Order: sequence, then C-alpha cells, then structure tokens
Amino acid sequence: MDLFEYQARDLFAKHGVPVLAGEVIDTPEAARAAAERLGGRAVVKAQVKVGGRGKAGGVKLAADPADAVAKAEAILGMDIKGHTVHKVMLAETADIKEEYYVSFLLDRTNRTFLAMASVEGGVEIEVVAEENPEALAKVAVDALEGVTPEKAAEIVAAAKFPADIADQVADVLQQLWTVFIKEDALLVEVNPLVKTGEGKIVALDGKVSLDENAAFRQPGHEALEDKAAANPLEAKAKAKGLNYVKLDGEVGIIGNGAGLVMSTLDVVAYAGEAHGGVKPANFLDIGGGASAEVMANGLEIILGDPDVKSVFVNVFGGITACDEVANGIVQALALLGSRGEEVTKPLVVRLDGNNAELGRKILSDANHPLVQRVDTMDGAADKAAELAAK
Amino acid sequence: MAIFLTKDSKVIVQGMTGATGMKHTTLMLGDGTNIVGGVNPRKAGTTVTFDGGREVPVFGGVKEAMEATGADVTVIFVPEKFTKDAVVEAIEAEIPLAVVITEGVAVHDSAAFWALAQQKGNKTRIIGPNCPGLITPGQSNAGIIPGDITKPGRIGLVSKSGTLTYQMMYELRDIGFSSAVGIGGDPIIGTTHIDALAAFEADPDTDLIVMIGEIGGDAEERAAAFIEQHVTKPVVGYVAGFTAPEGKTMGHAGAIVSGSSGTAQAKKEALEAAGVKVGKTPSETARLAREILVG
Repeated sequence: MDLFEYQARDLFAKHGVPVLAGEVIDTPEAARAAAERLGGRAVVKAQVKVGGRGKAGGVKLAADPADAVAKAEAILGMDIKGHTVHKVMLAETADIKEEYYVSFLLDRTNRTFLAMASVEGGVEIEVVAEENPEALAKVAVDALEGVTPEKAAEIVAAAKFPADIADQVADVLQQLWTVFIKEDALLVEVNPLVKTGEGKIVALDGKVSLDENAAFRQPGHEALEDKAAANPLEAKAKAKGLNYVKLDGEVGIIGNGAGLVMSTLDVVAYAGEAHGGVKPANFLDIGGGASAEVMANGLEIILGDPDVKSVFVNVFGGITACDEVANGIVQALALLGSRGEEVTKPLVVRLDGNNAELGRKILSDANHPLVQRVDTMDGAADKAAELAAK
Repeated sequence: MAIFLTKDSKVIVQGMTGATGMKHTTLMLGDGTNIVGGVNPRKAGTTVTFDGGREVPVFGGVKEAMEATGADVTVIFVPEKFTKDAVVEAIEAEIPLAVVITEGVAVHDSAAFWALAQQKGNKTRIIGPNCPGLITPGQSNAGIIPGDITKPGRIGLVSKSGTLTYQMMYELRDIGFSSAVGIGGDPIIGTTHIDALAAFEADPDTDLIVMIGEIGGDAEERAAAFIEQHVTKPVVGYVAGFTAPEGKTMGHAGAIVSGSSGTAQAKKEALEAAGVKVGKTPSETARLAREILVG
C-alpha cells in the first residue's frame, strides 16, 4: 500500500525523522487557518500518489494566508496524471541549500534490504540512476543486523555526503530505518532530504509503501487506506474478503489460484483479439476451496459490474474436486436468486482436474439457461469472448 | 531419484494439529508420505490417529522431533503470525528441508528467516512461503499439491503458481512427473527457479523441465541466464500476467509490475533468448512439452 506524502510525513515524525511542520486540508477555506498556524507563508502541495506533481502545477508557494486559500483552491480538484487532488498539504517553508536523496527498500533480487543514497536529490532518482549511476550509492542492509551506526556511516561515505552534515545524515538514516522496520515498510524514501540555511538536515518530501501482509501486527495501517479512491467494486470485494482487481474489459473472470487467474486474463485477451478486441473485466481469485458461498460472493461482484458482458468461470479441481465446485456453482446461482440478484449475463464454465466428468455432469443436469460448459481453458475463453462481443 | 523429496524422506508437520494441518497431513499420508511426527508445544507427548489407523506422535519442538524420528523434512502450516518463529526453529534445528505453505507472511519476516538460513550456512533449504509445496509422484508429497492428478514420469516442474502447477501436471498426466516444486509467488522466497533448474539438470530421472513464472521481480530473467549457461535438458516455459496493469498486485504478494520492470513480455523474451520454448497458454505449453518428449 502506497501512502500519501502527508501520511509518510506523519510516520517519519512518529519515529524521529526531522520533518517540517505541516497540515493537511481538503477545502480551500481551511487553508487560511492552517497557513496562519504555519507562520503565514506556506508551500501548498497536492496529495496524489504519483510523481511529477511539481511539474504539473501541484506544488505552489503561498505568500500569506489569503494566497494560501487561492493556491489551495487552484490545486484542489486538479487532475494530475489521472489522479484527482482531494487533499493538499500546507507545509512550512524551508531555506533550501542542498538537496539529497535517501531510501531503504526491499531488494527482491538479492533477497535482502537495500539502502540507496545520493547527494544529487530533488530530481527523480530513476533519472540519476540512468544518467549518472555513480552518483547513486547502493549498500546492502542485512535483515538481521539492520542499520547500525557503522552501517549508517558506510552509507554516508558511499554516497559522499559532505563532512559537515555526515553525522546528521547518519542519524536520519537510522531514524528512517526505524520507520522501515517498525512500520513493516517495503519502501521508505526521502526526496529531497535537504540541508537548510542553518545547516539542519530535514526530510522535505517522502514516499512510503507498506506491506499489507503485516496487517496482523500493524492495526493502525488500515486507517491509512485511501478508501475514497478505491474502485467501488474493489471496495465491495475487499469487504467480502475477495481478491479482486477491476480492469477495463468486458469479460468477467472468476478462477481459483492467483496464477491460474492471471493466466485466464491473458488467454481471454488473446481470444478477444478475434472478437473485436474484448478484454478481461477483472481479476478475481476465489482461492483453492471455491465453496458455494465464496462463488456466490464472487459472482455477485462480477455481475454487479456494468462493464461485464459475459462471465468466464475457470476452475481447476485439485484438493477440492470438480463435483464439489460444480455443486458450488449451482448453489451459488440459487443463492444469488434468493438474494434477489437476477443473473442476466451468460456464464461460461470450464472445469478440469479431479472428478471433472462428475462436475461437468452436475452442471449439465442443472441445465441453467445462462450457463454453458466448455471443457478446455482456451475453448472456454474463446466462447466467453465471443459472447461478450455480441 | 527425484529432487529434494523421495520415498525415504521422513517428514514432520509444524502445525499438524490445526484444521489445515490435519486435513493435509491426512492427504499427504494417503499419497504415501512418510510422516513421522507433528510439532505443537502445547500437545507434546500426545499422538494423533489418522485415517487407516496411522498414529503420528506430537513433539514439543523441531529439534526434539528430529532426534526422536530422524526427520529431514518439515512442512509448515502455522498461521502467518507465527510463521517466522516456526521457520526460525526449523533453521536452528538444521533440518535439511523446510516447506513453508503459509500464505500472507510479512516480507520482513521472510527476509529475516532467509538471512538466518544464510548465516547458518544454508543447512536448511527453504521452499516458499506461500507455496503449495512439492511432490515426487508415487513417492512422497510435502504440501498441498493434489497427489492424484498425475503419475510418476520424467518431467520436472518448477512454478510460482499452485493452480498452474496442477493444471500442467494434469495436462501432462499421461507422461508423468519426476518432481514438481511450487516455489511460491512472494517477493522473498527460499528456493528459486534457478535452484530447481539446477537440481533437475542433475537428476537422472528428469528428461525435460517445465518452468512456470509470472509477473514481478526478475527471477525469470535470471533463470533464463542460468538456463543458457548451465542447463542442457530441454526447458519449456510459461509466464502469466501479460494483461496485468502496472502497479496492481495480482493475488500473489510478489506479482506486481512496477514501472517497466517485472513484465511478462520481458520474461518471455528473456526465456526465448535462452532457447526456452514459451507457450502462449498453459495448454500450448503442455503441447510444446509433449512434442519434445513424445514427438
């Protein structure tokens, strides 16, 4: 889960990373009081989870509280690369002398953590990495040892931070590591980390991404979710405990197992090429068990998607054999009926694996007018795409 | 022969006495797995009787279970909150193979137990987390792969995905498998595609390797480089997630395209450049494997 800048700033402050005073608001009127509390002058920053907001006009300096209202009004509601600005942060202004970059992240390739640091901050770090790779220091961090004072000094030296601020940066690195560990983060990034006119080191802008698998020990993280921005179908699916991602096509997809469902999307997209370019409408993994209730919940979400023209249910029966899955589908359709959800879209069902014959027979016997059986994945994808194209 | 798991493997189950552990221990026993013990400190000293009257003793810890039974494999079903402790215990007991089935393990926990395994000199091979485990058909099953969808044979399979593993095993059930290893789709996993490829290359009972990957990370690209240099047996590949949007996690915690990295297209191209035949769909992948082995 990626956080907004203001949320990242809050987590930085919580763990002792030096930040500037700031307030987040969602109406222009609120900018006046916030600016007054910040001393009159303030930077008004759009809160969007996408880079390049400065260039897009999402960051402006307000000279006084009245100007802050005007700037907030201009920025709120702006569209930045497809993200609507619902909140702005007003932050204290800083006398910036130098801009640096520091981050900790998960290094999948080496199965450990990585520190990155550069004295060339303030621009997108990908650009530095591309154009001037020797200016970006990368130092592996052992997951068991963490960032000790020695490791922090090693990072500072590798990035060639100036001597006058080396100790301050080393402190910030250790505080930032605390954020990374205590918050179960996948990424903590400060860009820019600045040196002020007074020679102080401050985190001016930050990015944090949290590990949703750590929710069991991070009860506070749920409140950081941007529920307003979530697609309504995704929010509904999440409330039902379903693993669902909305996409922009017409063929609703239900399957069991993440890999099989990803594969189903691909196979439907290939098949769709022959049917006017129809595409998958969603990712939905109902898990290995595929019980009637979970199947019904899944179908309810998908049939509630106005973009969906046909549905492809693709299940491989493993531990849960196909006869149980077929019964689950039949019961799910009945359950939807009893919930008052009329099934009006054609369903293509492919069952394979354990007791496939038995499962197929159950579906044939049920003889539901909207359910068609196709016994291969490729064939079923083609049928579902054809039905969606009609 | 097979890789990592044979009929001689002595298997213990951490979390055997929970509902999931009981269900899958029953199934593993049915597939011929030699299960010699369970681990649960609160039920140490008791025994559990499974279908067919097989009695399995419960031990207080992994070390104790190993000393009493000679176990060399542990299958871990404990909930995600306790997974790190369970894996750490297995590593400290120096059990040769730990299969971590649990889904939803925090990345910091996986990073910590992986680092510990390194520090201990890699005495414990970790498979997973968030994986279906591995099976050597006709010999032993350590995990949740259905044991009755295929038969023993000469294909080796390594996959990030559980159900795609089953799909492939089922489509090629007439040819059969030496071993099938589900390595899991988390950002940090123990055994990688490369580890399994190396083991299958060295396994005299494996004639062809099927490798299934998906979006996220660069494991497939690195596997391609490994294949080019070290694998002489034919490899057939499949990659899932061509239609996945950027920045969205697709079910598996590690299945995410970040910017331009981790795309299915890049993985497919890397594999093809290494001489791997890559199928467009799972069924086409099975056909490619069949053509090579049967003609």
